[in-house]
Amino acid sequence: MVLKLEHVTKRFGDFTAVNDLSISIPDKEMFGFLGANGAGKTTTFRMILGLLDSSDGRITWDGKPINYSTSHLVGYLPEERGLYPKLKVSDQIVYLARLRGMPKSEAVSELKYWLEKFKVPEYENKKVEELSKGNQQKIQFIAAVIHKPKLLILDEPFSGLDPVNVELLKEAVLSLKEKGTTIVFSSHQMHHVEEMCEHLCIMHKGAPVVHGSLKEIKRAFGKKNLVIHADFPLEFLKNYSGVVKARTTTEGIHLQIDGEYVAEKILKEIVNKGFIRKFDLEEPSLNDIFIEKVGNSYE
Amino acid sequence: MIFLSRKWVIHMNKFWIILFHTYLSKLKTKSFIITTLLTVVITLGLTNMSNIIEVFDKGGDKEKVAVLDETGQLFAPLKEQMSALNKNLSLEEFDGTQKEAEQAVEEGEYIGFVQIRYDQEQLPEATYKAMSVADSNIFTDLQAGLQQLKTMIAASKINLTPEQLQQLYEPVSFEKIALEENAKTEEELNQARGLVYVLLFVIYFAVIMYASMIAMEVATEKSSRVMEILISSVSPIKQMFAKILGIGLLSLTQLAVLLSVGYFSIKRNLSSLEGGFFDAFGFGNVSLSTIAYAVIFFILGYFLYATLAAFLGSLVSRIEDVQQMITPMTLLVVAGFMIAMFGLGQPESPFIVITSYIPFFTPMIMFLRVGMLNIPIWESVLAISILAGTIVILAVFGARVYRGGVLMYGKSNSFKDIKKALQLTKKE
Repeated sequence: MVLKLEHVTKRFGDFTAVNDLSISIPDKEMFGFLGANGAGKTTTFRMILGLLDSSDGRITWDGKPINYSTSHLVGYLPEERGLYPKLKVSDQIVYLARLRGMPKSEAVSELKYWLEKFKVPEYENKKVEELSKGNQQKIQFIAAVIHKPKLLILDEPFSGLDPVNVELLKEAVLSLKEKGTTIVFSSHQMHHVEEMCEHLCIMHKGAPVVHGSLKEIKRAFGKKNLVIHADFPLEFLKNYSGVVKARTTTEGIHLQIDGEYVAEKILKEIVNKGFIRKFDLEEPSLNDIFIEKVGNSYE
Repeated sequence: MIFLSRKWVIHMNKFWIILFHTYLSKLKTKSFIITTLLTVVITLGLTNMSNIIEVFDKGGDKEKVAVLDETGQLFAPLKEQMSALNKNLSLEEFDGTQKEAEQAVEEGEYIGFVQIRYDQEQLPEATYKAMSVADSNIFTDLQAGLQQLKTMIAASKINLTPEQLQQLYEPVSFEKIALEENAKTEEELNQARGLVYVLLFVIYFAVIMYASMIAMEVATEKSSRVMEILISSVSPIKQMFAKILGIGLLSLTQLAVLLSVGYFSIKRNLSSLEGGFFDAFGFGNVSLSTIAYAVIFFILGYFLYATLAAFLGSLVSRIEDVQQMITPMTLLVVAGFMIAMFGLGQPESPFIVITSYIPFFTPMIMFLRVGMLNIPIWESVLAISILAGTIVILAVFGARVYRGGVLMYGKSNSFKDIKKALQLTKKE
């Protein structure tokens, strides 16, 4: 059940929204799409779902295209949240579940399970317009997962939620993954992707800049972060060979270096200069990689 | 094989799920229930019109008019004339002065008073005085009564016998007969006109009301952004037609309620309605083919405009823009209705014949022609075929626009967007 995108391109007139995207998403994995607004994430999702046809290339799931005959196996949480404002929560979730091929009685009991899980069982008979935005989002999430999809596509699932609800939703996503759901999600918050995904793809202006497994991407990036807190001045390290970037903090200095060998050299250099309270060599964060590849940060 | 059939079941099911969801959720809305109740009340009112009028007439006393007869001879014959003309009017001789009569009217004892005298040639002349002269019925009736009186007096002066007088006033015998075989007689034509008139109204209002309901429905789903979930579950084309049929079912429900209420109410009051208002509207002997054509043209007209409304609705992002978007469509319906109103008087004019083949006007104007004239069957078949063909073309085109349109969001909502929507569904 591998989801495969091969040389997928989407053009709207003269504008190229997605350019030659080739990725393969293994079964039962969590795959993250990173990118700024307008990077082509939503267009990619719409093509995966078959809402838009690609201009070039092929998208297959288990060797077959995704279309309306497989829609009962697919769940989708769109970026633009929306439900029928005037309908009761139970009415519309059951309606949407039935459109995904789930029998009514099953949908009703499944809805109860999810409302309990999100600690909001009292919302079953409320109109959606009466709920807060965060709670509407929970309902929307239920709408995406209620029919137990094999492939779940979440477009910005955590945006606009408070930290407590982000954790609640994350837990739900992870438990779905454990049950064997393949999950593709997009975010422009690096730490969500970093925490949850084995594989990821960073998109910039329609093109994939980096993609692969998180570990490999970090290894291939080569550069590392070095944090030093000491009682003596460290400014001289800014021009040290092998240091790419440097930023002084109140307690010491924060360096980006070309590799572990630079840290070794620096340690030998400063070990006799005074008391060192902290000497920490860190893996690069996704944010560092993103900034390096895309050129600017937007967080 | 089992897998295939299960898939098929899911596919068909989704269509029905959307259809009934649309139908039931609209059926339960307050606005639908209120409009249905209102129209039922109006139908009941119309069909019971004569009863209602009677109730009010019985409740009030006869309207009394005082007669100040200066001639001393004319009161009795006038009273006789008036009793034939207007049963609700009673004349009373007034034995006072003009001032006293005026006072009596002001006090509300009489509705008005007539002062009758002879002129130089010894013929009657009169003045009518009332608090207001808005009720022209009384005035006209009194005038007619006096006119007859005057004719009688004048005739007796030149010594005409009553027989001679009758000959003089007998209307000329004048009959219209159409030579064409099967052509409708004047009486039939009048009845057909009444029926066509009523059905034209039904088609006109239903098309405007339900077409804009569809446009609203689509725009609501789009603006609430629930559309994106929907189109990832069910193809937009299936959604569009399920919605059109769902609302269509709703319109038929409403019509069925109205028609059955109207039918039973008319049946119950049939005796009192004879010769009245409803006879003129041709409900007495409705021809079956006219009703069949009305149903056909109603359904085809609904599909034509509903398809148009669905794809126009798919182009707007905000509910407020719906009216603006469907205005051209509404104008088309209004134009068709206007032409049909004109055609009621001249159903055979070349202008009406030509416009009856234009698909956007066919439902009303071709119906008018088949209802009022005996046109060859091929003409109506041709017009229906053109109409059906247009619906198919519009549905195919509309479905493509719909598919792209529902994914488009933005401020603009011009007809340029149709091009943009079509572009979205293309591969390139």
